[in-house]
Amino acid sequence: MRGKNSISTGGGTCTGDRDRKGSRFGFGFRWGRSKLRTASDALTLSDVVPGTDCTIHRLYGHGPARQRLLDLGFQPGRTLRVLRNAPLNDPIEVQLGDTFIALRRQEAEHVEVAPPSDTQQKQGDTDD
Amino acid sequence: MSRLHPPLTPSKSKVTRMTDAPRRLSYGIALAGQQNCGKSTLFNMLTGLRQHIANYPGVTVDKKGGAYNYQGTTYNVTDLPGAYSLAAFSPEELVSRKVLITERPDVVVNVIDATNLRRSLPLTFQLLEMGFKVVVALNMMDAAKRRGLEIDISALGQRLNSTVVPVVGRTGKGEAELRAAISDAAEAPAVPQARLNYGPLEDAVAELHSALAGNERTNDNLARWRAVKLLEDDQETADWLAGRLPDATALFARARHMRDDFENKHRLSAGDHISATRDRQAAEILKHCFVDTKAGTVPVSERIDRVVLNRILAPLVLVATVWAIYQLSIVQGYELTKITWPFLAGFRNMVADVLPDAGFLFDPHIRSLGLWIVDSINTLLNYVPIFLILFALIAILEDSGYMARIAFILDRILHRFGLHGQSTLPYILGGVFAGGCAVPGVMATKGIPDARARLATILTVPFMNCMAKIPLYTLLINIYFPNEKGLMLFYLSTITVIVALLVARLLTGTVLAKEQTAPFVMELPSYHMPTITGVLRRAFDRTWLYIKKVGTVVVAIAVVIYVLLQFPGVGADAREGYETRAEASVTQFYTALEGNPHREAVKDPAALVQLINVQAAYKARRLNASSKEAARALDDGIRTDYPQFAPFVLRDRTPEGKAAMRALRNLANERNTIRREMRKERIETSFLGHIGRGLEPVTQFANFDWKINIALLSSFAARESSVATLGVLFDQEEGENATLEERMGSQQASEGRTALSAVALMLFFALYPPCLATVIMVRVQTQSGGWMMFSIIFPTVLGLGVASLVYTLAYSLGMTGMQTMTAVYLLALGLLLLVALPKPWLPDMPWQQPQEDSA
Repeated sequence: MRGKNSISTGGGTCTGDRDRKGSRFGFGFRWGRSKLRTASDALTLSDVVPGTDCTIHRLYGHGPARQRLLDLGFQPGRTLRVLRNAPLNDPIEVQLGDTFIALRRQEAEHVEVAPPSDTQQKQGDTDD
Repeated sequence: MSRLHPPLTPSKSKVTRMTDAPRRLSYGIALAGQQNCGKSTLFNMLTGLRQHIANYPGVTVDKKGGAYNYQGTTYNVTDLPGAYSLAAFSPEELVSRKVLITERPDVVVNVIDATNLRRSLPLTFQLLEMGFKVVVALNMMDAAKRRGLEIDISALGQRLNSTVVPVVGRTGKGEAELRAAISDAAEAPAVPQARLNYGPLEDAVAELHSALAGNERTNDNLARWRAVKLLEDDQETADWLAGRLPDATALFARARHMRDDFENKHRLSAGDHISATRDRQAAEILKHCFVDTKAGTVPVSERIDRVVLNRILAPLVLVATVWAIYQLSIVQGYELTKITWPFLAGFRNMVADVLPDAGFLFDPHIRSLGLWIVDSINTLLNYVPIFLILFALIAILEDSGYMARIAFILDRILHRFGLHGQSTLPYILGGVFAGGCAVPGVMATKGIPDARARLATILTVPFMNCMAKIPLYTLLINIYFPNEKGLMLFYLSTITVIVALLVARLLTGTVLAKEQTAPFVMELPSYHMPTITGVLRRAFDRTWLYIKKVGTVVVAIAVVIYVLLQFPGVGADAREGYETRAEASVTQFYTALEGNPHREAVKDPAALVQLINVQAAYKARRLNASSKEAARALDDGIRTDYPQFAPFVLRDRTPEGKAAMRALRNLANERNTIRREMRKERIETSFLGHIGRGLEPVTQFANFDWKINIALLSSFAARESSVATLGVLFDQEEGENATLEERMGSQQASEGRTALSAVALMLFFALYPPCLATVIMVRVQTQSGGWMMFSIIFPTVLGLGVASLVYTLAYSLGMTGMQTMTAVYLLALGLLLLVALPKPWLPDMPWQQPQEDSA
């Protein structure tokens, strides 16, 4: 089962190599997800264990969903924290800056994330 | 990457008042802001009671307008719907943008949640880019202070080149400063549109801008903003330009080329880049005028959520909240209606006095119609106390921020059935557990952002058990299932939810499949203590809206139903028969009074009719009298106004008085009997009666006879009337004094109807089309006559189909009523579980996937 023990901060670099596996980071990650629209092997927001921080890498999808995410501050480079799952595991709640946002896993899968790393923070665009 | 250039370029000259320009008498102000920024509180603060609500044509977004005076000038305020940006994806954004462009307000007051600056500023930039004179109202400064956020107001104002006014909408702090700032801005000269530097896209923006500026039809102060919009691939802007530019296609092609070019070079879409530039600009500004002194501490809201949204506690808190709402509004509100009902009854008595008097047998139509309308209105107004409480509680839920959490908790379940987390509230209002009303339920669907889920909710809320369905259930259960009351009521009150969810799934998979859906990405606002004025205002506004919208239509329909029930009326022969009987009873009355001194008072027939009317009015009033004193005052009134009638009407100890009273009572009873029989015949031969009979060939499969058909038809006007109509149709024989249960039971039994027929009837009633008031609300909320018709026809077909199928099958299998109901219930439950539970062959349930053991 997923648990706190799967969180570790030891991460690789996040230069966007597409074959990253969550397990390499010891990140909360479930495999075998085969959503067609998202990169099946990339780590998405839906895979992040509650209580963990991560950095937004890129957004998938288009249209209203994407626009709403952008408007709420889901900008590549920003760091957010996954706070909790709803009682039935879906949706999830995340904290992005001072904003608390609930989103379905379906939408969370459109957000590709990476563990927060030094390279990302140097860009000066993480959260205050 | 694009580095930030000097922020927003217009020279930072402090706005100076133009002394020589003539002062204008009025200015247009628009209030713009994101959701949950406290915009409506500020709107109320500015305009007080001078406001009005209207719908924008074609969308269900409310348009709120108001006005206030400041130093002799009128300021007309439009409250734009809350929108995160002006991207024109959601109806709110579309409406906001349309108003801003077409109405060009003199000043835009941008309301910003001070605790959420970074997310708020991109909207401010967009307003500045559109060239508006912007006054920033930095709201919720108290919350920001508590959170330890320090904001350098003047630095922020300089950066934005706008006046920034710190306010606390809840307490009214900063109100005077805000009004002054708006006035200053209104009288200041126009500002040029701000230019955000888009870095690598800047050349493209400039090129498109000059193209637009080159044509006089597109060269206004929105030209640069439109250029940016073109690069964002904004359809609205393209449509606007297409009608004005001769070479629009070429321009669009050029814009597309520039977008593709940028995307290839930077591996980033132009739209994303523009959005990111605004976000970075916000971060850049905050770096210079914002300090979080308590960074790293957990906000209070999050601490509350750790309990309230805890996986185990969340359902408990939710159930407790829903139970509290139900108790306070439906149960206590119902108690309250016992206090308010006498006022409504008093109103009816008053109208009865004003209208022409009733005849002995035949009433003037104006009287019966008048009272019929008053009764319909009273039925509606009777629920007002319940609505007031309900709407106040909902306002508290909304203002406190818990409503969004409800959606968060329940979305998983509701989404399975094509609904939305925010469908919870409409269902609660509609009466998930016996006793609600579909009208506020349908009204409450307004907040659901997903069009498909919203329509599905609107169309399924009427399946809930509204308060008016209960009397018919009670009647039938008392007749046919006296020993299994509890179980039967449980079946009925839960099967409706099951059916509603199943129907929602069915509709979203079929007729609603093409409707637009919206992502579930929702801000969970910080918890706030609701203000009393805010809550009361919302409760009264919504209740008033209900009365206004529904009231007018109910009156119109009441008239139609009246005509259908009253005409063509009793035939001449039958009429003669009734008259003969009436004459006989009058003769009997006079015989009884032979030698009685009180006979003088009713010498002629006119006096007799007056006496009967006085007695009827007295009885109605007496029933409504709340105290002994009131009753005594009523008696005294009779003694002074009609001294000659007093012995007939009031208790009198003399033998003559007793005889007079007895004679009148007999006459009144006889009159009532004749009138009731006449009414029965009138309904049977009425247009509605013919329709009821005409429907028998269709409804026979569900074993409904014409009487039930009429009751069901008339209950379309108002559910309550189903039992009342049955009461008239299953009329008692003379001298009998049986309850409606006994009468209906024995009559139905003699016609071969069993408990099974009752099950079919109850199932039909559970699935029955919404009442008229609800149908009207469906029309209002969907803005479509088509969906209104659908909301009537679909449940009728479904209800009749289910009732016929159940009856025919169960009859041929020889099942009892109870067995049938249990079978139907279990079947429905099974179907629900089949739809709801994860299906292994459909790989879309996250927890179905094999999970990784920790590496």
